[in-house]
Amino acid sequence: MPQEFRLILKNIDQSGFTNDLACYLRHGGYVALKQALDLQPKSLPDGKVQTGPEQIREEVKASGLRGRGGAGFSAGLKWSFVDRRSGKPIYLICNADESEPGTFKDRQILHKDPHQLIEGMVISCYANDVKLAYIYVRGEFPEGARILKRALEEARANGYLGKNILGSGFDLDIFIHRGAGAYICGEETGLIESLEGKRAYPRIKPPYFPAILGLYMCPTIVNNVETLCHVRHVITMGASAYAKLGTPNNTGTRIVSLSGHVKRPGYYEIEVGKVTLGELIHAPNFGGGLREGRSLKAIIPGGSSSKIFRAGEIFKLKRKGADGLVTNVDVDLLDIPYDFDSLQAAGSMSGSSAIIVMDDSTDMVKALANLSEFYAHESCGQCTPCREGSLWMSKALHRMTHGGARKQDADYLHKTATNIQGRTICAFGEACAWPVISFVNKFRDEFEARGVEDEVRAASQTGGGVPPI
Amino acid sequence: MSDPREFSSAVQPMVNPLASSPQFHVSAELEAEVQELISHYPEKRSAVLMVLHEVQERFGFISQESVMWISGKLDLQPINVLELVTFYPMFRQQPVGKYQVKICRTLSCALGGAYELHEHVCNRLGLDAHAHGIQTSKDKMFSVEFVECLASCGTAPAMMVNEDFQEGVTTQNADLMIHECRKKGN
Amino acid sequence: MSTAVKLEAKSVAAPVEMMTVNVNGRSVSVPKLMPDHNGKPVPTTMLQACQVAGVEVPHYCYHPKLPIAGNCRMCLVEFGLPMMGADRKPILNEDGSPKIAKQVLPYDPSQPRGAIACATPISPGMEIYADSIATQQMREGVLESLLINHPLDCPICDQAGECKLQEYSVEHGQATSRFVEEKVHKPKRVDLGPRIVLDDERCILCSRCVRFTRDIVGDDALGFVNRGSYNTLTHFPGKPFDNNYTLNTVDLCPVGALTSKDFRFQMRVWFLKETKSVCTSCATGCNILMGSREGKIHRYEPRQNDAVNSCWMCDEGRLNYKWIGREDRLKTVMIRRGNAPQVVGKWPIALAEISARLNAAIPGSVAIIGSSRQTTEELWLLAKIAKKLGAKTDTKVREGEADKLLVNADRNPNSTGARLTGFLTEKAGNNIRAIVEGLKVGSIKTLLVFGEDITTLGISSALLDTVDCLIVSEILPNATTAKANYLLPGCAHAEKRGTLINIKGRVQKFMKAVEQPGEARPEWEFLNELAANIAGHHRFVSIEGLFNAMAQDIQPLNGLTWSSLGDQGVTIAI
Repeated sequence: MPQEFRLILKNIDQSGFTNDLACYLRHGGYVALKQALDLQPKSLPDGKVQTGPEQIREEVKASGLRGRGGAGFSAGLKWSFVDRRSGKPIYLICNADESEPGTFKDRQILHKDPHQLIEGMVISCYANDVKLAYIYVRGEFPEGARILKRALEEARANGYLGKNILGSGFDLDIFIHRGAGAYICGEETGLIESLEGKRAYPRIKPPYFPAILGLYMCPTIVNNVETLCHVRHVITMGASAYAKLGTPNNTGTRIVSLSGHVKRPGYYEIEVGKVTLGELIHAPNFGGGLREGRSLKAIIPGGSSSKIFRAGEIFKLKRKGADGLVTNVDVDLLDIPYDFDSLQAAGSMSGSSAIIVMDDSTDMVKALANLSEFYAHESCGQCTPCREGSLWMSKALHRMTHGGARKQDADYLHKTATNIQGRTICAFGEACAWPVISFVNKFRDEFEARGVEDEVRAASQTGGGVPPI
Repeated sequence: MSDPREFSSAVQPMVNPLASSPQFHVSAELEAEVQELISHYPEKRSAVLMVLHEVQERFGFISQESVMWISGKLDLQPINVLELVTFYPMFRQQPVGKYQVKICRTLSCALGGAYELHEHVCNRLGLDAHAHGIQTSKDKMFSVEFVECLASCGTAPAMMVNEDFQEGVTTQNADLMIHECRKKGN
Repeated sequence: MSTAVKLEAKSVAAPVEMMTVNVNGRSVSVPKLMPDHNGKPVPTTMLQACQVAGVEVPHYCYHPKLPIAGNCRMCLVEFGLPMMGADRKPILNEDGSPKIAKQVLPYDPSQPRGAIACATPISPGMEIYADSIATQQMREGVLESLLINHPLDCPICDQAGECKLQEYSVEHGQATSRFVEEKVHKPKRVDLGPRIVLDDERCILCSRCVRFTRDIVGDDALGFVNRGSYNTLTHFPGKPFDNNYTLNTVDLCPVGALTSKDFRFQMRVWFLKETKSVCTSCATGCNILMGSREGKIHRYEPRQNDAVNSCWMCDEGRLNYKWIGREDRLKTVMIRRGNAPQVVGKWPIALAEISARLNAAIPGSVAIIGSSRQTTEELWLLAKIAKKLGAKTDTKVREGEADKLLVNADRNPNSTGARLTGFLTEKAGNNIRAIVEGLKVGSIKTLLVFGEDITTLGISSALLDTVDCLIVSEILPNATTAKANYLLPGCAHAEKRGTLINIKGRVQKFMKAVEQPGEARPEWEFLNELAANIAGHHRFVSIEGLFNAMAQDIQPLNGLTWSSLGDQGVTIAI
């Protein structure tokens, strides 16, 4: 039976583990930081000398660590894009604006093990020559912000932060910046604008790639909470040992947020790709299956913006046989390994690794109406297609869930969503379009049946004729 | 009415969405806090969200007068601040109740009964469960708002009462909460 | 002169690096770098490359003189890039040409991955499909979105006829709307400031006005409130949008959201005749278009001239046109003999008598007060007359505060012309005192005044009564015209042609927009006659001939001709 693998969550929820510095130190805290700061310049075979920070960057790249925020982009590669010759300061921002519906993993770290994050951040800042960093905490985490603030003060008072960290000569300060209820701040350039004191309008790329023109038009790294915590473990374990966790190209562990119609919703840390979707939902040590008498209807596998799966779907996925040959094999939805690449190959994504499970009691039109209302509320309103389209879809779905559905609404919604995806400044366009496109594609029967039902009822009420719109 | 010029040329002023608070007064303590926040950033403007939080914490909402003060402190134009107060929904544009109840309405919580919870709380406080936006009870004790994902989807439905976070909230829990708050009173 | 030569040499020394891209199936060579909104060379964008290729890409938020926002998405285009092999070398077709990959969405290859032409730099071998079906579909989608919440009140909208929403809907839109939901409602007829009215339902949130007032004017007065589809353009309530450039936002607004209180509901724009002209409210000489109909001027709009005013003009200059159509304009020649009242006269009689009087005048007994609002040609003719008569000359100094953008401290539009033509032999204002003295002691017996009320210059009405002969050319009545022995009705610049030379030496011509009232005549015409009668000057029949002769006479203008000035003028060394 697949098991949890607690790397980031190792201490979290253990009895006696508290979120103060003393406890963290008792559990081996800040050892990785010492290790990182102690790295001596290393001579390479080609005669070049690699500094400590360069070695850390190489390790992170070699670990295969992929961003845990949503896009799953290689963390090492992201760092390698940073413009180190601009002469401008380099900033690092920890994205703790956890807002993707279904996701509640970063909250655990912030609340229960803040020093782990701080240690990961200090190492990452040291590796990237960052002297000033911010933690962008979502506004709805006032308690998390308070805990972090206290942890930062502790770290500062004990030489893990501030001037001359642990006698290394490295200076760094980290401040907390609180958001105020805007999902779009999770988008890194929107986050940067917000940190600059503006409306969180994502920036056009090109030219405003954060690694070159980020915060205050300086090179900037934005990493998710969990990603930064992993950096600490990459240093402790070494890249090669870390890369042995998980599966090739999907290394390490991931915290999965499991919610919806399962018996045991919660957060579970797994080796990436070592546990299947089905196991996460049904295994007694994970979701524990659906509620009594219910059957699975749908799964949103990676946060609300990922495309929905319908129970019973079969996917063609590439599998390496014993002979080493790659072949396409049929894989049942529940047998998809929970990792970055497999979910993408199945047409969705692992996103923020948040699984929302829906059983057969779920009204799919209503469920989509709920999500569309979220996206209409959260669109920043900068780009035309998303600004107008997100509310349009939400209004249409509101109508459909209030007795006014039409047969053609499935196509109506689908076309509206298609006009948004890929045509906006940031990925919010996809985020608001994908649920609509995938719900309609996978559950077209339900959407059309709703239309037929309402039109028939309307016709009978008006005594025949064309139903009013 | 027949001549479009007659009715359409009457211009009207833009209404300020923020309530006025003529008695707005800044304490030395808030001044000091704002100076501290400004010192966290290379550019003053960055401090504006944090300053808005501090102001709201003390005054309950962001008034026209506080926007003038904040923009002065941060060398901004008042419109720069108004743009933020109306973009970030956590900032209040009007005075609200002593206890602000935020109930998460997004999918996982909805699947877990958030709509039923919201309706229950609204009914208990004499509010309209189907109205949009934040509503305040007649006694100014409670404000109720259906908000987007509070990131506690595993313990649906989730709710916040001021800064206090509550998970797996049943209607009984909600009744208890209302009772406790009333007991504490003003 | 030397500076100009140097600049030219420099541009010759640096050859422009070019790049080849393909626009709509046609190879075009475009500069690798082209100017951004500040004029700074930056990597050429797809939109600029299309412009070089003569292909228009529709857009709303993009404006060549504003920082790029990229938010309207109207300029999305389908494009292709050369395919690269694993060896990082281009993959070739059988015929040896590079294989091009049309860019598609990675998660949905049936859909194009469009790029916003306004902000996407070109790269070698790029193919831009500005008119492909996929591009058209993206445009249709954006237009559909823009229209769903739009009030569609075109019949009563001032922008009708010059509205980009209308134009693009005709070119790229669909005839029917799929939208069956309720529209979003927003504030209407908002009093944004003393000169601007805002209709938020018409606003397409392109942010041009916000960027203009923030980044060009430096008055960060406009912004958006609320979020998403409810985004609403506003000022801070109670703080009026009131800088000297607000009306430019009306020009910039691609739709009818921002309208000018002055122009609102005055005239449908398609009835307006547009005449190229120059603003006369200060020495900057902003290029303008005069919009007129049936002899009445309805508005000024800035006309792009990067050497002078970019695309802008100040509100003060823009609204300074109403005097042209005033009822009390001087329309007839008036003659007053002795202490008798002024009576209506005739041009030939007046000009003959004036010529005779001036020819008979003792050298030094005539003074001329001209105006730096006059055209260069008029000032040159006056200078000739002054020289012949040995007359002392001067003009009225007009000074105000300069700003950082366009307004010059010198509020006269042609001080440079007054100097270069030789009309002014000294600094403006220096001779006035001597002229006043001459009038007082009686050494000056004849006074010519052009376009100024000299009672504002320390010459009292009582003193004017003592002058033997007061010859005045004016447009509107004033205390000086009341005393004139010969009153010659002149023309506003909108009613004639001529040139002005701005503070930086830009020689600019302006054209005639409307007819002059009554018997008023362009000053150059009758000055031409007087100069011929008095100084034996050539009699010019056209403004072209007059300008060309003047250009030969005045060294800094040498080589210029009326036609060589073009629409944008020429900068001379001054």
